[in-house]
Amino acid sequence: MDLDALYQEVILDHYRSPRHAGAVADAEVAAEEVNPSCGDHIRLAVEVKDDRIAGVRHESHGCAISTAAASMMSEFAVGRTPDEFRRTADAFVAMMRGEREWDSQGMEDVEALSGVRDFPMRIKCATMCWHAMKKALEKADR
Amino acid sequence: MDACCPVCPSAARRSSFDPRAVRRDFPVLQQTVRGRPLTYLDNAATTQKPSEVIQAVCQYYGTCNANVHRAFHFLAEEATRRYEEVRKSAAAWIGAGSPREIVFTRGTTEGVNLVAHAWARKFLKPGDAILLTEMEHHSNLIPWQLAAKAAGASLRFVPVLPDGTLDLDAFAAHLAAGGVRLAAVTQMSNVLGTVNPVRDLAAAAHKAGALVLVDGAQSVAHMPVSVRDLGCDFLAFSGHKMCGPTGIGVLYARADLLETMDPFLGGGEMIDRVGLEESTWAEIPHKFEAGTPNVSSAIGLGAAFDYLNRLGRDTLAAYERDLTRHAVAALRALPGVRVYGDAPERGGAVSFAVDGVHPHDLAQFLDGDGIAIRAGHLCCQPLMRRLGVPAVNRASLAFYNLEEEVARLADAVVRARAYFGHGP
Ligand SMILES: Cc1ncc(COP(=O)(O)O)c(C=O)c1O
Repeated sequence: MDLDALYQEVILDHYRSPRHAGAVADAEVAAEEVNPSCGDHIRLAVEVKDDRIAGVRHESHGCAISTAAASMMSEFAVGRTPDEFRRTADAFVAMMRGEREWDSQGMEDVEALSGVRDFPMRIKCATMCWHAMKKALEKADR
Repeated sequence: MDACCPVCPSAARRSSFDPRAVRRDFPVLQQTVRGRPLTYLDNAATTQKPSEVIQAVCQYYGTCNANVHRAFHFLAEEATRRYEEVRKSAAAWIGAGSPREIVFTRGTTEGVNLVAHAWARKFLKPGDAILLTEMEHHSNLIPWQLAAKAAGASLRFVPVLPDGTLDLDAFAAHLAAGGVRLAAVTQMSNVLGTVNPVRDLAAAAHKAGALVLVDGAQSVAHMPVSVRDLGCDFLAFSGHKMCGPTGIGVLYARADLLETMDPFLGGGEMIDRVGLEESTWAEIPHKFEAGTPNVSSAIGLGAAFDYLNRLGRDTLAAYERDLTRHAVAALRALPGVRVYGDAPERGGAVSFAVDGVHPHDLAQFLDGDGIAIRAGHLCCQPLMRRLGVPAVNRASLAFYNLEEEVARLADAVVRARAYFGHGP
């Protein structure tokens, strides 16, 4: 096992300075997700304008993988349509579970998360934020 | 080092204990992980098994495997005899008056559930209360949530103070408020290491008319425990946390209580006379052991009792106490490390936080060094909430751990902190 294959420099960078991170007040919460095995926790606030994701803010209480994943996911999300996001989210989750060949879907940093697939206990850490964002978009749609 | 004088018997005993020699009894500990010696510090989850225990299980299958209490042939008699011998050893291990008070279970969880079904559902009335603490393992919480719901009873909780001890005033106040029929308390926290003053709690509870169940999952494995001395009514523990096999545990219950309780599971072994509509039950403790029991694991547990008795429980407890003190001090001395709990009397479960490093990341990093610790909520989510964190790191010690393993842990924690470079 190579620790550096899991914690690639890009991941540690997102972990140390997560993009689109910030406190999410109770009234703004669009979605919330908890990983019951470790208690990790993410809260999301989302803004959708003219069928585009105009802004995302995530409050992550989690490990390096889950914090970095939330940061990367948010970077990817901004500017996409909810449909685009959903398609990529489904592809990403399938890839993480090994149900689908890896391809980075045009996301640069996200490539670094491919190493997580070799650590089954940590896959949920990388996918939790994508599930949360899908939930948040459903709510925004309504 | 211990300030004890060099000639006093306890110091002499302690110095004759050689953990390095003892380690040779444990096949698992001989291996390397990723090119490094295995440093096993997850003993509160389960301990490793000495060859004697492993061999006892093999030998049982190789020489006298049979179903117990059922047949009249040689093998069945031998299997039954050995199985019942372990019941006697278990009674002796916890100072129970009679083997009739020893029910074999799968472990602590099943023991607590047995009481929650066979006693609580029968005897609790709407308005009654069960008194628990905020430091309980989920297995001494969820069964009571279910039983309380079924009986229309309520749950009350004793808070945990910042030093990791119970708020004893709150315990007394809950009893004084009336209605408490049972207090269910862990003797040793699997998160904070705290040893609770169970004997005093039991005396107070009895005075208020409540029964007392002790979760002995951690304590029975790491300190001498006597149910007579504690004065408790029920005590549950697990074999696998004390060098025995998985799938076997013990519920101690006072004989007069067992007599009045309903069966837990129904089936073979637990009956006396069976009719189509109605049946009567076997004598205690068999009334609570439906179906073919885990004979091989019971025999392995018997070997674990023998093994630990030979090493000396006081000797082991004294060694673990010193090593725990050393580990707490070593971790506290590290920058950015916070150890939870500071109870005056404590066991070897040491939970801590490392500034800027999430427990999952720390456990993963340590695993890269062949060091096994536990990270997460440790089946104590309410306690995590009280501590204000979603998860902790826990190193937990056994008598075969060494000071140099604690040093390895401390060194790796320092490197992990540099590696993750103080997260958000
Ligand atoms: C304090 C405490 N209670 C109960 C349990 C449950 O034990 P088991 O899983 O063996 O039933 C454990 C161990 O996980 C524990 O540490």
